[in-house]
Amino acid sequence: MSSNAITIPGIRVEGKPWLEALHEWVTTVDHKRLGILYIIYGLGFLVVGGVEALIIRIQLMHSHNDFVSPQTFNRMFTMHGTTMIFFMVMPVLFGFANYLVPLMIGARDMAFPRLNAFSFWLSAFGGFLLYFSFLGGSGLYGAGNAPDVGWWAYAPLGARAFSPGHSTDYWTLSLLVSGFGSIGTAINIISTVLCMRCPGMKLGRMPLLVWLYLVMGGMVLIAITPLSAAQIMLLIDRYVGGHFFDTQAGGSAVLWMHFFWIFGHPEVYVLVIPAFGFLSEIIPVFSRKPIFGYPVMVAATVAIGFVSLSVWAHHMFTVGMNSYANSFFAITTMAVGIPTGIKIFNWIGTMWGGRIQFKVPMLFCIGFLFQFLIAGLTGIIQASVPVDWQLSLSYFVVAHFHYVIVGGILFATFGAFYYWYPKVTGRMLSERLGKWHFWLFVIGFHLTFDVMHIPGLLGMPRRIYTYEPGRGWDTLNLIISIGAFIQAIAILVFVWNLIRSYFTGAKAANDPWDAWTLEWSTSSPPPAYNFATIPVVASRRPLWDLKHPEDPDSRYE
Amino acid sequence: MQSAAFLSCFVTIDAAADPTSTATNIFAPQSTPARSILHLSAFVLAITGIIFVVVFTLLVYAIAKFRARSANTNSEPAQVYGSTQIELAWTIIPVLIVVVLFMATARVIHAMQDAPEPTNAVKVTVIGHQFWWEYRYPELGVVTANELHIPVSDVAHPTPTFLQLLSADTDHSFWIPELAGKTDLVPNHPNRMWMDPEHTGVFVGQCAQYCGTQHAKMLLRVSVDTPEDFARWIREQQRPAVADERVAAGRRVFETTACINCHAINGTVANGRFGPDLTHLMSRTTIAAGAAPNTSQNLRLWIQNPEAIKRGSLMPAMQLSKSDLDSLMGYLETLR
Amino acid sequence: MSAAASSLSEIPQAWTLPYRGKVAMASLIVAESAIFTIFVVAYLFYVGKSLTGPTPREVLETPIFFTICLLSSSLTVHFAAKSLERNNRRAFLTLWSLTIILGSLFLFGTGREWYRLIYEHGLTIATNLFGTTYYSLVGLHAFHVSAGLIMLTVVLVFGLAGRVDEGQSRRVDVLALYWHFVDAVWVVVFTVVYVLGR
Repeated sequence: MSSNAITIPGIRVEGKPWLEALHEWVTTVDHKRLGILYIIYGLGFLVVGGVEALIIRIQLMHSHNDFVSPQTFNRMFTMHGTTMIFFMVMPVLFGFANYLVPLMIGARDMAFPRLNAFSFWLSAFGGFLLYFSFLGGSGLYGAGNAPDVGWWAYAPLGARAFSPGHSTDYWTLSLLVSGFGSIGTAINIISTVLCMRCPGMKLGRMPLLVWLYLVMGGMVLIAITPLSAAQIMLLIDRYVGGHFFDTQAGGSAVLWMHFFWIFGHPEVYVLVIPAFGFLSEIIPVFSRKPIFGYPVMVAATVAIGFVSLSVWAHHMFTVGMNSYANSFFAITTMAVGIPTGIKIFNWIGTMWGGRIQFKVPMLFCIGFLFQFLIAGLTGIIQASVPVDWQLSLSYFVVAHFHYVIVGGILFATFGAFYYWYPKVTGRMLSERLGKWHFWLFVIGFHLTFDVMHIPGLLGMPRRIYTYEPGRGWDTLNLIISIGAFIQAIAILVFVWNLIRSYFTGAKAANDPWDAWTLEWSTSSPPPAYNFATIPVVASRRPLWDLKHPEDPDSRYE
Repeated sequence: MQSAAFLSCFVTIDAAADPTSTATNIFAPQSTPARSILHLSAFVLAITGIIFVVVFTLLVYAIAKFRARSANTNSEPAQVYGSTQIELAWTIIPVLIVVVLFMATARVIHAMQDAPEPTNAVKVTVIGHQFWWEYRYPELGVVTANELHIPVSDVAHPTPTFLQLLSADTDHSFWIPELAGKTDLVPNHPNRMWMDPEHTGVFVGQCAQYCGTQHAKMLLRVSVDTPEDFARWIREQQRPAVADERVAAGRRVFETTACINCHAINGTVANGRFGPDLTHLMSRTTIAAGAAPNTSQNLRLWIQNPEAIKRGSLMPAMQLSKSDLDSLMGYLETLR
Repeated sequence: MSAAASSLSEIPQAWTLPYRGKVAMASLIVAESAIFTIFVVAYLFYVGKSLTGPTPREVLETPIFFTICLLSSSLTVHFAAKSLERNNRRAFLTLWSLTIILGSLFLFGTGREWYRLIYEHGLTIATNLFGTTYYSLVGLHAFHVSAGLIMLTVVLVFGLAGRVDEGQSRRVDVLALYWHFVDAVWVVVFTVVYVLGR
């Protein structure tokens, strides 16, 4: 962990009393510590959200099962979705941003360290508030408890009339609060990237991860805020008698859908763009080549950012928009696949002609490439609107988006863990356990999510706590559930690796992967101040220039 | 069509042959909308399949050919930064693919959504409720629930059914995969869909938009009848309820209990619209929107303890005495 | 360590990046604009769709005077910030106070209008779609005005205590930028509610 003192060799330093250490962590404004807090917070909710998924999968193992009641099941899928998106993926990605961005641009901290801490605790509080609903949510008529309106809380299901009690309020408030935390972090990331780069690091020389976090930050500003606005409107409806989504008073349920998906679609790009960033850092290093087409990668990301703002109603193809609207969203959805495909080609182009090392971070990135390809193609299939009239709201969609989020984003994030863990902790993660984690997870993932497309094609809708026998869904669901348990075991292996390597892992040097960006020039872990002297750079790969003074990148850029 | 056959070959349930199957396979269309979708999906799958094979091959090739070997681990490979021609190539080709896909898609969108409604179409108004389906045939004066009857449509002289979709409470979605894609029922936002089934038989589906606790048991059952059978069914549904003097006691129980708050029986004082119309209850195969077969035992259980059949449904436990229940059952069982 | 990296190349002559306070405020403004856009879209979508109750035409009175107050406060805050850059603290404090007064007048005007609408016309947030969207949009704006006034007052207090000089002018500029945003939003809200929506 980052230390607050300068280590003088040969002197024995007394350990700090645990209370004082805890106080330091709770009051820290150091971007590295906040990054670690975000990540640990996210990992905790990975386990919680995973348990919720397992409960869902046990219930669905066969038709007419009664492992849990319909009410409990509906809470499980609502909480699983809400938790994984807002309290697992977002915190983990913000954690990596916090830790890496200042180091990669040669800065000593983020632009606003106190805002950083405030944003973290605000988001963290949101998560606790959501889960407090299990205890405190009982409202009118004993209705209430954890939210059970789905993670989209479609109107009018989220209205007082159909959601008595406070469960929906917990959903609304926890996301509103953590949304403000996300906006704070986004402001911080943008300000840091634009204002704190070390001398020589023009925008065209930033690591791609930094570029992608810049775009992600911009998207958070305009994607999360529509959800905040919609949630304020929902609170007005629920508490002071407003009619924003009150269909009895002439309000529109479809308007909620528009507002939600204006948030919801760019949100998934907010989640995937940092994953693209991880790939853009890891693949070059383990292929021993620079990223293929850096300027195109930047342009493609910015293009994705913009186009993704225009696709949202592809979540609403069955809602009854007219044929012109449906056609518009069909073409924008297909169009956003173009820059995304370009990125995949550029990653393959990076590997092409390289000397690929199959260390664990690279394994996860290769998994991403295969899986994200498939996920993107099933997305294109659904962009074909009439086809989506069959596939929408079925398990085909569930399979598709888990393919993106688990097969894509989570795989890339695992890669990032294995890649940067040495830098953060000063220890290497075990390659052996890492390979167990990887292969177990691949098997479980494909068993679950490849098969899951089929019940969708056979007419199985989503969000059902049970299903009829004789539809041909039983065996498929059993296989899907088995795969889920295999993934759970893989996660346990991962967590064990994280914990055990912290204490007994091989000590990591500054630059265990022979990489090229500035974070690898610091010690592992870096000192609290990151850099004794602020570096000056002349190319995109300052450490390549150092290691190859006869052939520096600066000559070619 | 060959691709349709290819697509359905991995599906083991054959819906077309068995008129009482409970299959919901999108690759076994029995109506024009479902068939158009199948054709389009075959085209889209072919294109995405080709893209997959090409990129997959490139990826596998790259991993196999460019792995680090012990001979060359000490030197770095040629540092290539990019190539404008390659970038152009793999931008332009996807753009062309998107244009082709979009044009195929737009054609089918317009064909299905903007299809004119012929004058001889059967018109049904579907009203979604938590957790059951209300069906009205406005031009025929029929009100029923949960089991839809429509006539088969002859290709030469089509008699499609056009559904107007409304909702009394939350969002729902009408999905019978073998007859059509799904369309949502959104309050204050009427929708329209149509189907022209090619064969008689029973087709099933269920609500596809999460609508509350018992979303999973809001099942759909459509009986596609011959024109004669359909006409006969309509005539039967148009009649008021059977008024059998022998079960007058049961009818009294019904009319003097809370039943009439929610339910309607044509020809009695009962005119509640919150729950299903019971005028021809016994003409249905299932109760509780498909949650249980329509047997005497189930009906009894449904009245006394609906939680046992459909936990979280909005039917209250009526708590009738045994004699009242027996009378009531006697009455309900006459409602053919 | 990083010392090796810095010996690699010459330090560029001029390496100035934007002021982070300005960038942060600009980012916040982008986010807030998105929130306001959603409320404006809801307002415009629901124009003419109320099923009952008073319509805008029946009850709204265009607040010309208070709008002029608010928009003038943008001028005063601009000149206040400029004065501070030139270290003219007296002018700064005067113009800054004037900004707060004008902003407060605007809020007072909003309050007076709401009082009239509620008690004379019976229009509340729960009355109909117009009531819901009107009070939400104008209220959201008034909330941002209030937050701005609080911040302006804090700076005034520090200024009166003699702690604000030209060294602080960058920070004061950032706050002025927020105030300009609040005024710009009012231009949009005014147009949507009092011009288009009637």
